[in-house]
Amino acid sequence: MTASLQEAPGPFFGAFGGRFVPEALMAALDELTDAYDKARIDPEFTGELERLARDYTGRPSIVTEVPRFAAHAGGARVFLKREDLNHTGSHKINNVLGQALLTKRLGKTRVIAETGAGQHGVATATAAALMNLDCVIYMGEEDTERQALNVARMRLLGAEVIPVATGTRTLRDAINEAFRDWVTNVETTNYVFGTAAGPHPFPAMVRDFQRVISVEARAQMLELGGLPDAVLACVGGGSNAIGSFDAFLDDRDVRLIGCEAAGDGVETGRHAATLTGGRPGILHGSRSFILQDDDGQTLPSHSISAGLDYPGVGPQHTWLADIGRAEYWPVTDADAMEAFRLLTRTEGILPAIESAHALAGAIRLGRELGPDATLLVTLSGRGDKDVEQAARWFDMLPEGDG
Amino acid sequence: MSALTDRLDACRAEGRAALVGYLPVGYPDLETSLAAMRVLVEAGCDVVEVGPPYSDPVLDGPMIQHAAAKALEGGVRVDDAFTAVRAVADAGAVPVVMSYANLMLQRGWERFAADLSEAGGAGVITPDLTPDAAPEWVDAARAADVDTIFLVAPSTTRERMHLTCGASRGFVYATPLMGVTGERASVGDAAPRVVAEARAAGAERVCIGVGVSTGAQAAEVGRYADGVIVGTAFVRALGDDGDLERLRAKVSELADGVRTGR
Repeated sequence: MTASLQEAPGPFFGAFGGRFVPEALMAALDELTDAYDKARIDPEFTGELERLARDYTGRPSIVTEVPRFAAHAGGARVFLKREDLNHTGSHKINNVLGQALLTKRLGKTRVIAETGAGQHGVATATAAALMNLDCVIYMGEEDTERQALNVARMRLLGAEVIPVATGTRTLRDAINEAFRDWVTNVETTNYVFGTAAGPHPFPAMVRDFQRVISVEARAQMLELGGLPDAVLACVGGGSNAIGSFDAFLDDRDVRLIGCEAAGDGVETGRHAATLTGGRPGILHGSRSFILQDDDGQTLPSHSISAGLDYPGVGPQHTWLADIGRAEYWPVTDADAMEAFRLLTRTEGILPAIESAHALAGAIRLGRELGPDATLLVTLSGRGDKDVEQAARWFDMLPEGDG
Repeated sequence: MSALTDRLDACRAEGRAALVGYLPVGYPDLETSLAAMRVLVEAGCDVVEVGPPYSDPVLDGPMIQHAAAKALEGGVRVDDAFTAVRAVADAGAVPVVMSYANLMLQRGWERFAADLSEAGGAGVITPDLTPDAAPEWVDAARAADVDTIFLVAPSTTRERMHLTCGASRGFVYATPLMGVTGERASVGDAAPRVVAEARAAGAERVCIGVGVSTGAQAAEVGRYADGVIVGTAFVRALGDDGDLERLRAKVSELADGVRTGR
């Protein structure tokens, strides 16, 4: 009998994971781990989280078959798990509600978070408003420019948004700055980490909070006729992907495919495809794959999608790649935007550019497998935030306006 | 016993705390940074912390972040840190390296320790590597006779204090404030407590870092710590223009501070 791969506890996933942080944070991480270990088996906590998922987020999210889109994907059957329909517009709310509830349990009054595209920041600001917590969001200055609408949303929700002007001015620098804040204010503050990366317990805890995606989707697919041949999700840090994979990990006939942001193409060096183009290292508190030079300096990443523009990846993904349980495909900006256009035009669903990377993977796989295949794609978020960027890409802005 | 503990004990025999100065390699450029490290030694640092710049320094405040970024833009490599270690040793102080973990991992734990030892370095301070996270590093350092200098903080639990002090060699690096590197108006009430807790957990030598920038603060901290670590204030004095005389004046102020403390 093979051991289950589901709900792997950490801190290590094979050779990856762990906790590589300043000593000053160790007590807080121990405290958080302890609180989470108790909460996850406490019916009061799990019951409250389920209630919020149902009455606030709007779970379970539906599964939508998209036949007109699928006609461009080799005629395979394609189903979308609609995390874009969640309150706040992405899967991020699943994780944030769990961590905000934990913050209350810890007796802390302030939350901080990093954000790339702004989806995690918006979700955190939302939970902070709901649960009466002070909230500070760190966001790379470049991202505040390309996602200005989400900055305004966070401010409307009462959060303070701090643009981070150091380094590459993107998600990675926002995480650095959030860690610096946490080291300084750890007594009052909980760090609501947005992805399934970082030091233990974050990779396992964030995965657990996102696991609802695959638990629901697996039951929904069985009801629709059977397990899919493959599950596809986009991977930046990898929270929606690990949440989409976990309940399928023991279904060995279901292929699990993470779609990484290949930017201009992995061969150009301007990309964020960490598992395709990186190698093992330590970044942001855990051992995983990272994009780095020979000395170990982190390299700048590039993607049209702010949410995937990150030179690291969650350690459980690295492990799943290592043991061959999941595949990780690079998807270029151009392929993602073509998938974005296709879904919008054929189905009337505007995906987040992040999620469009998974759609591009589905087009490729569908063409490979043909009409007998069934594909499940996690639509991690909606594309309202990306309208301006997409309009610019497709040259649809009024003349002289971009 | 090591070159590092010998030097700290010699300072103790003089009735004073040691002055430990930090500078990043390559700031504002490689040559000036090497000259600046010699100035540190000439003006009274007993131990020099050589910092290979890192792209994601999560425990550093704005000044050292700026210096590291400028050094990396200038093309400095981890190899250059070992050149700097040799320069410090030749100038007569005890060199140690302060390095983020990934730079060590990429070079290889064993090779990092061996290269340091060969360059005349005594130990490595690891801001994002705790002893429980790094058994491979501890083994490699022991094999190469390199001191492992770990950090303790006001938030360090009793259990972790014992673990960390037990795994440390050379000295224990106490950060009396919660936060990143940088100058502070006061080093904080927690400083004597953290030092006392480290000693109670078996640390024979405890140096205080983070927040010390003036002679008066050095004098105050030097009353109960075995060494005073100064980084940001020296980096700021050196500046983008690489002013070695401004740096020398600042180092002298701190060197006087540790000498008037007791």
